[in-house]
Amino acid sequence: MRKAIQKRMEAKKYVWEGAIPLQIHLHESQVTTLPPPPPALILAPRIGYLPLLVPLIKPHFSSTLPPGVDTIWFEYRGLPLKWYIPTGVLFDLLCAEPERPWNITVHFRGYPGNVLIPCDGEDSVKWSFINSLKEAAYIINGNCKNVMNMSQSDQLELWHSVMNGRVPVRLYVWSISEDFDDWEDLSQVDSWEKISYINRPIEIHKEGKCFTLHDAMKSLLPEFFSDESLSDSKLARVDFEDAQKIPSEDVSSNKVVEDQGQNAYEHREACCISSSAEIKLIRIQGIEPKLEIPFSWLVNNLLNPDHFLHICVCVKVPQ
Amino acid sequence: MMDVFNWDGTVSAKDFRIGALSFAQKWESLNSAFPPWSWVPCPKHPWLASPEEEGYLSLENICISRPYEVDIDQNSQTDPGEEETSCSEKEDDIDDATLVQSNHHELHYCDFHIVYSYTFRVPVLYLRAYCSDGRPLLLDEIEKELPACSSKESPETKWAFITQEEHPYLKRPWYKLHPCGTSEFMKLLFLGGDTGQPKLEVVLELYLLSWFSAVGQVVGLRIPCKMLNDRR
Repeated sequence: MRKAIQKRMEAKKYVWEGAIPLQIHLHESQVTTLPPPPPALILAPRIGYLPLLVPLIKPHFSSTLPPGVDTIWFEYRGLPLKWYIPTGVLFDLLCAEPERPWNITVHFRGYPGNVLIPCDGEDSVKWSFINSLKEAAYIINGNCKNVMNMSQSDQLELWHSVMNGRVPVRLYVWSISEDFDDWEDLSQVDSWEKISYINRPIEIHKEGKCFTLHDAMKSLLPEFFSDESLSDSKLARVDFEDAQKIPSEDVSSNKVVEDQGQNAYEHREACCISSSAEIKLIRIQGIEPKLEIPFSWLVNNLLNPDHFLHICVCVKVPQ
Repeated sequence: MMDVFNWDGTVSAKDFRIGALSFAQKWESLNSAFPPWSWVPCPKHPWLASPEEEGYLSLENICISRPYEVDIDQNSQTDPGEEETSCSEKEDDIDDATLVQSNHHELHYCDFHIVYSYTFRVPVLYLRAYCSDGRPLLLDEIEKELPACSSKESPETKWAFITQEEHPYLKRPWYKLHPCGTSEFMKLLFLGGDTGQPKLEVVLELYLLSWFSAVGQVVGLRIPCKMLNDRR
């Protein structure tokens, strides 16, 4: 029992301390000095948001900025980054082959208001975060009143009642149409329109059998799961006892896998689930869990502070 | 089947779609002052071409500048035989002869979308306002035209307030009327009235109509009484 708690705390620590090294370049249109300033190197918390890094970034570039009012936004290879998506999720979603450091560009002018909701700095992030928290509270508890005014013990009770009903989930799905040898070969996501964003709670039905990640994905993306029982037996439901042995292995082995980079693809199993489409990759907090993992483990350990489970999925679809 | 007293005020996605189509139909036949709502099907994934059951109701290009929301033409005046009911008491005196515009500001328009929320399991009104030249309106300009949405009162205490959010299907910045009080007032609407004990099927059928009769008022879109009284 003590070991289980220890493992859980380790996982939580891993999540909360997870960070992404960023190399932030000032967009050339805003460089007014020669030589141009070097990029800023920042370790960004996975669970944080890009606008919160501005106090660290701005001083680095302020001497070269053109005069005027700042409207700060970030971009990766031309794609404006949605500031209300946690940094770690953006990285998992947009960097198929994890790039370290992650090279992104900062702009201080020319905010793309037709694509991005305005951001007035920390207040906007706070507001967005609180809204998400209230939404999560509603999903779990049935109402979003007074989340912020609850006593600490009430709050703990609220969050621990998750397993009896609906789980807040945000799913980001991107597609590819061909097989590949290397994640790096894939074409870049150049528009948010190519990504399906599914903001839908997962309903957990307790039927005695362990509710796995596979079950969760099937409920959100039924179109990728054929109805044949063949697929069910291939990815057999695991006994709860067996399932408990899986998580600790998975976390450490996947972490190692991530570090190995190139070898990562060989370790991932493409899940051939339906003949026309397959799920190639599932990433949560930078981890690629196996489909057999109990969903409850993911919920207990990999939630973001907004109490949502952010899941990035890559699918291969026929042309 | 669950009865109305156990009902929590929410609807399923399927019931939303059915209700939306029937609401649009009723609107088209009984609310000639406005253009009709259209159902816009939306694929769940951008690469899925097949028509999906998911979608939203759309009503676009509605003039929201004062005085009033309708481009009045002589033909759409209220019927002389229409009864005075409580819903018409609140209507302003409109000068029917002409659409009077303050000379110093241009007309503002609004697109309205009714979208289903899987989180709250209720319909949500999204809106986007702009000038005749296409320039999007800022929040305070919108609140001037739609004072019931104003954020002057605390969002904690009022049920209808606007937040800016990405449209779930169009992926662009829109505004939405926050839905967190919806299920409660929907429950009250049906249980608080003098309609006796309605059957749950009836409730679900009339859901969108009732929802809109409350929410529409906030954004200046009123449902004529004959639409509310129609029980077909």
